[in-house]
Amino acid sequence: MTIDHPVALAPAERAVRLLGGDLTEKALALHLDGLAGVDAVGLEQRAAGLATRSIKTSSKAWALDTIIRTCDLTTLEGADTPGKVRSLVAKAVTPDATDPTTPRVAAVCVYGDMVPYAVEALGSAHGDPDAGLVSVAAVATAFPSGRASLEIKLADTRDAVASGADEIDMVIDRGAFLSGRYGMVFDQIVAVKEACRRADGTYAHLKVILETGELVTYDNVKRASWLSILAGADFIKTSTGKVSPAATLPVTLLMLEVIRDWHRLTGEKVGMKPAGGIRSSKDAVRYLVTVAETVGEEWLTPHLWRFGASSLVNDVLLQRQKLRTGHYSGPDYVTVD
Amino acid sequence: MSFLEYAPAPESTAILNLKSEYGLFLDGEFVDGSGEVFDTISPATEEVIARIAQADASDVDRAVAAARRAYERTWSRMSGSDRGKYLFRIARLVQERSRELAVAESLDNGKPIRETRDVDVPLVAAWFFYYAGWADKLEYAGAGPNPRSLGVAAQVVPWNFPLLMLAWKIAPALAAGNTVVIKPAETTSLTAMLFAEILQQAELPAGVVNIVTGPGATGQALVTHDDVNKVAFTGSTGVGRMIARQVAGTNKKLTLELGGKAANIVFDDAAIDQAVEGIVNGIFFNQGHVCCAGSRLLVQENIHDEVVDKLKYRLSTLRLGDPLDKNTDIGAINSAAQLERIRTLSDTGESEGAERWQLDCTIPEKGFWFRPTIFTRVSAAHTIAREEIFGPVLSVLTFRTPDEAIAKANNTPYGLSAGIWTEKASRMLAVADRLRAGVVWANTFNKFDPASPFGGYKESGYGREGGRQGLAAYLESAGWEAPAAIMASAASATTTAAGGRKKTTKKAVAK
Repeated sequence: MTIDHPVALAPAERAVRLLGGDLTEKALALHLDGLAGVDAVGLEQRAAGLATRSIKTSSKAWALDTIIRTCDLTTLEGADTPGKVRSLVAKAVTPDATDPTTPRVAAVCVYGDMVPYAVEALGSAHGDPDAGLVSVAAVATAFPSGRASLEIKLADTRDAVASGADEIDMVIDRGAFLSGRYGMVFDQIVAVKEACRRADGTYAHLKVILETGELVTYDNVKRASWLSILAGADFIKTSTGKVSPAATLPVTLLMLEVIRDWHRLTGEKVGMKPAGGIRSSKDAVRYLVTVAETVGEEWLTPHLWRFGASSLVNDVLLQRQKLRTGHYSGPDYVTVD
Repeated sequence: MSFLEYAPAPESTAILNLKSEYGLFLDGEFVDGSGEVFDTISPATEEVIARIAQADASDVDRAVAAARRAYERTWSRMSGSDRGKYLFRIARLVQERSRELAVAESLDNGKPIRETRDVDVPLVAAWFFYYAGWADKLEYAGAGPNPRSLGVAAQVVPWNFPLLMLAWKIAPALAAGNTVVIKPAETTSLTAMLFAEILQQAELPAGVVNIVTGPGATGQALVTHDDVNKVAFTGSTGVGRMIARQVAGTNKKLTLELGGKAANIVFDDAAIDQAVEGIVNGIFFNQGHVCCAGSRLLVQENIHDEVVDKLKYRLSTLRLGDPLDKNTDIGAINSAAQLERIRTLSDTGESEGAERWQLDCTIPEKGFWFRPTIFTRVSAAHTIAREEIFGPVLSVLTFRTPDEAIAKANNTPYGLSAGIWTEKASRMLAVADRLRAGVVWANTFNKFDPASPFGGYKESGYGREGGRQGLAAYLESAGWEAPAAIMASAASATTTAAGGRKKTTKKAVAK
C-alpha cells in the first residue's frame, strides 16, 4: 500500500461519515491504531467492581425476566437434527410451562441449514421479539472458523436469509485481522451485510462475531469493535462459543465502552451480544449491571442486547421459581431440551 | 421501573453485638474514664450508636504506666517468634470477625460497606499478617544487627480509616517489640473498642496495647507524656506541626503522616476509560476523606473536554446514600464539622471563579452528606487547588507539556502522593522520577499494600509506614545507642557486627 496506490474500501456509510469519502485502508488503519489504549488491570478492576453490585428482590425479578427476554437460545452442534431444533423452539416459546407469565426468549440461534426447521416449528410465534414473538438467528460465513473464500461466506449468508433467518451471526476473519489486513476484514463485513439484503429490500440484522478469545489482547478487541461498527454491524458479539475464553465481563465491558463512544459521537445505537460461558443467573445479572452502568439501561431490550447461551435459561427459570415460591426446586423441575 | 434504581440491599446489623457504653482499654481490661462520657453517632442518621469514655491526663498516665510495665516485664523480653504468634492470632481473629468489623466501621464512620468489606478490613488483616512475619527477622529491617525496640509508643490516629490506621500503627510497633498507647479519633472510636475485644480473645499480654478515647486534649496528654519513647501521628498538618513542636528537644522519635493535595496527571496517550476510573477512585473513594486523594486532576489540555465529559457521565452512575447498602458508592461525610469545611471551601472555589458541577442525586434528610463535585476552570492560584479539602471535591487543571505537568504537580506545600496515566512506559518512569511525592501511582490510584512504604515529602510529614521502612521507625540500631553492650554481649559476633557497621558508613560517605 503506497500513497500512489491507496487501497480503496467498500464505501460503508458509517466509515465514510467518520473517515471521509475516499475511504482507504490507510485511513481505517490510522483510525484504529490511533485509538486510546486499554489498560488491562484497570479494565478488569472496573469489571470486578461492577460484579459486586447486589441485585435483590424487585430488581432481581426484573433482571431475571430481562435475561430470558434477551436470550438467543442456542444449539450449534454437529449433531443438530430437525428434532433437536423443534425441541429448542418449544423451549423458546414456552420456557416454563408451570408459569405462563414467563417471557419468551428473543431468538433461537442455529446453523444455516437448520433455519427452515426453526421457522416451521415457530409457526405463528415467529417474528419480532418486541411483539412477544421469537426470531430466528443463523450463524453464517463458515462459522466458527471463518476459513473459507468470500464467495462461500456470502452464499452461506444468502442461503440462511432466503430460508427465513431474521438475524445473521457472522464471524470476522481473525487471521486477516491479526496480520494487519484491516481492509479485508472490513470489506468482508460490508459484503456480508449486503448479502443480508432480502428481495423486498429489507435486511436481516447483522451480528459480527469478533472471537475475542483469538484476538487475545484488549487493544485488539477495541480495534475490532470499532472496525465492525464502522463496517455496518448492527450488533457486535464476543465469541462463537467454540473458543475459550468466550465471553468475559471485562471484554463485554470494553465492547460496551466502544458502543457508548459511538453513540455519543453519532447518536446511533449498536447492539451487544456476549456469547459462550455464561451459565448462571448470578453471572448474567452482572452483565445486565454492566450494560446499565456503561451504556444505559435503555440498551436492555432485545434490539440492543442479547445473551448467546444454551444452558443459562434453565438456571434463570430455577431462580424465577425460587422468587415466586420462596424455595429452590431442582433441575428436575425445569425441562431438559 | 428503572433497573438502575437497584432495590435496597442492606447489610444486616444483626451480627453486631454492641454495648451501650465503652470504657478505656487499660492493662487488658475495660475501665471507666475519668473524663465526661461522650456519644459516638452514625454520621448517616445522626443516631447515637454508643457512649464512649473520655480519658483525661490521669488516665493517660495509667495507660502509659501499664504500657511501660508490659514493655519491661513481658513484651521486650519475649522472643520475636512468640510476638509473631500473637500478631498472627490477631490477624486471624480480624478475618474471622471481618463482617462485624466492616458493619461497625460503616455505621460509625459513614463510609460504604463495600469499602469496609472489600478494602479496610482485608487490609487490616493483611497488615497484621505482614508484620507478624517480621517479628523474628528484625536484624533485616535496616537498623543493623540486633536492633532494639524503642519502648512505649504513643499513637494518635484519624477518623478517615479508623481501624486501618490503627493497624498501620499497632502492627509494626508490636512486631518490633514496643508496647502501645493509642488514641482513636473522637468521632470514630467504635472499631478500636471491638479491636480491644479481639486483643482479649487473642490473650495478648495485658498492657501491651492500651486504648484511650477522647478529644484532641487526650491526644495531647498522650504525645507530651514524659514516659513515651515514640510518637506516631496521622492527621492534619496543623496538629502535626503542633506535635512536632511539643516533641522537639525530647528523646522521642517522631513520625508524622499528614495532609496532601495530590496531583493525578493524565497524559493524552493514557488509556482514557481506565484513567477515568482512576480519577473517580482517586477522589471519590471514601468520600475523598483520604490524605493521599488525587484531589488535583492535571489533564493534558487537548483531551480536557473528553476526559471531563466521560468523568461526568461516569459520576452519574455513582450511588450516594445508606452506607450499609451494598450498592452504595458514596457514604456520609464523617462529621458536621468536616461537612462545614467542605462546604466553605467549595463556596470559595465558586466565588474565586471556578465552575462547579455536582452530581444530581437525592440527599437523605438526616445525616451529613455532600454531592460528588467537580470544579473545572481551576487555576493554580485558586484556594481549591492549594488547600486540602478532604471531601468529594475534584479540582481540574490543565497542562500542555510534561515539564509543565511536573512543575504544576510539585507546586504545592504537600507531597504525599501523585498519579500518572500514560500508556508510554518511558514517560511514566521519567515523570515519576521528578515528582516530589512519597507515593507515585502509575495507571492506578489509592492502592495500598503492607509491603510498600507510605509517607510524605514536605508538609505531608516525615517517616514511612508500611514495609521494612515502617518497621525501622519502631527500632533503633543497637550499634549507635550502645556500642559497648553489643561488644560485650556478642563477643564472637563482634567482628561481623562491626564490619557490617563499617560498611554502612562507607556507603554513606560514598554517597
